[in-house]
Amino acid sequence: MGENLRDIKRRIRSIKNTEQITKAMEMVAAARLRHAQERVEQARPYSQEIDGLIKRVAGSFSDLTHPLFEVRERQNVGYVVFTSDRGLCGAFNSHVIRKVEMELAQEKEAGLIIIGRKGRDYFRRRKYNILSEFVNIGDDPAVDQARGIARTLVDLYTGNIVDEVNLVYTEFISTGKQQPVVYKLLPLAQPSAEKSNDTKIIDYIIEPSPEDVLAMLLPRFIEAEVYRAVLESRASEEASRMIAMSQAKENAGEMIEQLTLLSNKLRQAAITKEISEIVGGAEALKG
Amino acid sequence: MAEQAKGKWSSFKLEIITPERVLVDEDVEGVVVPSKDGLLGILRNHAPFIGSLDIGVIKYLKDGKHRYVACNQGIFEMTGTVLRILPDTAERGETIDVERAKAAQKRAEARLKQKSREIDHLRAELALRRALARQRAAEAASKN
Repeated sequence: MGENLRDIKRRIRSIKNTEQITKAMEMVAAARLRHAQERVEQARPYSQEIDGLIKRVAGSFSDLTHPLFEVRERQNVGYVVFTSDRGLCGAFNSHVIRKVEMELAQEKEAGLIIIGRKGRDYFRRRKYNILSEFVNIGDDPAVDQARGIARTLVDLYTGNIVDEVNLVYTEFISTGKQQPVVYKLLPLAQPSAEKSNDTKIIDYIIEPSPEDVLAMLLPRFIEAEVYRAVLESRASEEASRMIAMSQAKENAGEMIEQLTLLSNKLRQAAITKEISEIVGGAEALKG
Repeated sequence: MAEQAKGKWSSFKLEIITPERVLVDEDVEGVVVPSKDGLLGILRNHAPFIGSLDIGVIKYLKDGKHRYVACNQGIFEMTGTVLRILPDTAERGETIDVERAKAAQKRAEARLKQKSREIDHLRAELALRRALARQRAAEAASKN
């Protein structure tokens, strides 16, 4: 009985440790989440302006063409999978992976471009067709990293290795809600002249030429979109980690409560037993 | 004329937006933009214009004071009342780390001396120009 009590005490101590660690991890995740959300916000104006410019350039000049607008027959489809480098973030990675597998089930031929160690390990183990991989993205992804990814995607597309590029990433809706989404990046939707009706049509002087300006804008648009997906994915990862850690912390607290109750009961029982032994002994002496 | 130029009517909005953040969002009196076709001076009511930005130093006048921003390549757009510059990267002259820029210059020069593939050569050349532009912006800002 006494040993059992000691065991329980030891377990309580160990769970208290876990509780503290998960609590610390929750707070770290919360701080990183706030930072990641800021980055998402700060990156928004650039992609809005690039998008607007494309519409204005394409809108004021009809029938502009560019290889990235070119729609081909879908033979090999590329999926860009945004996962995390680190674990302990709840179901974050498995949700993205499940989404990808659902998409892949409908494709005859597909290739993967993988971001994040977790996704790479998963798909490599299952011998999927991996075209390219990017790991060690870090806690605070820089636009340069997104540029590298974007360049790879454009090369894969213009090199006819894939005929379509889809991003699969986790959209950050709120701290409590994140959702994996599939977003078709390439071929780019050709902006039609009608779409630019909401913006005032200005007669722009475009130098050196509309084609050249468009050729500068489109890769930057892709960069900005990839960067946005990277940042949103980061924010979702930390939100998911925060929730997971908070739950782990609560579970630990609950377990401690139960074990404390149990240890009290055992202690009580031990004391009762001792008293009854003493009383019994005293009775025996009397007799 | 000089007094008029300082008046509210002559100012317009300058926005410098990089993929990472909005660096400048200010009312200014005039801007010199390093375009691919050379330096371009822009005042309010300049004709609507879309052009390509080159590596260099954006210089602008605000409250009678010159300010400097080192920029990478990109695009810019003048609507008449807003000049929007979208460089791939940009940095205010005051915040530039001159030592780092000098180190980058040395690295790029060393790479240029080596015989290498054309693409590496081009990349080194761009890196060199960026490092020089950053030093120029930092120097100009420190003289203010």
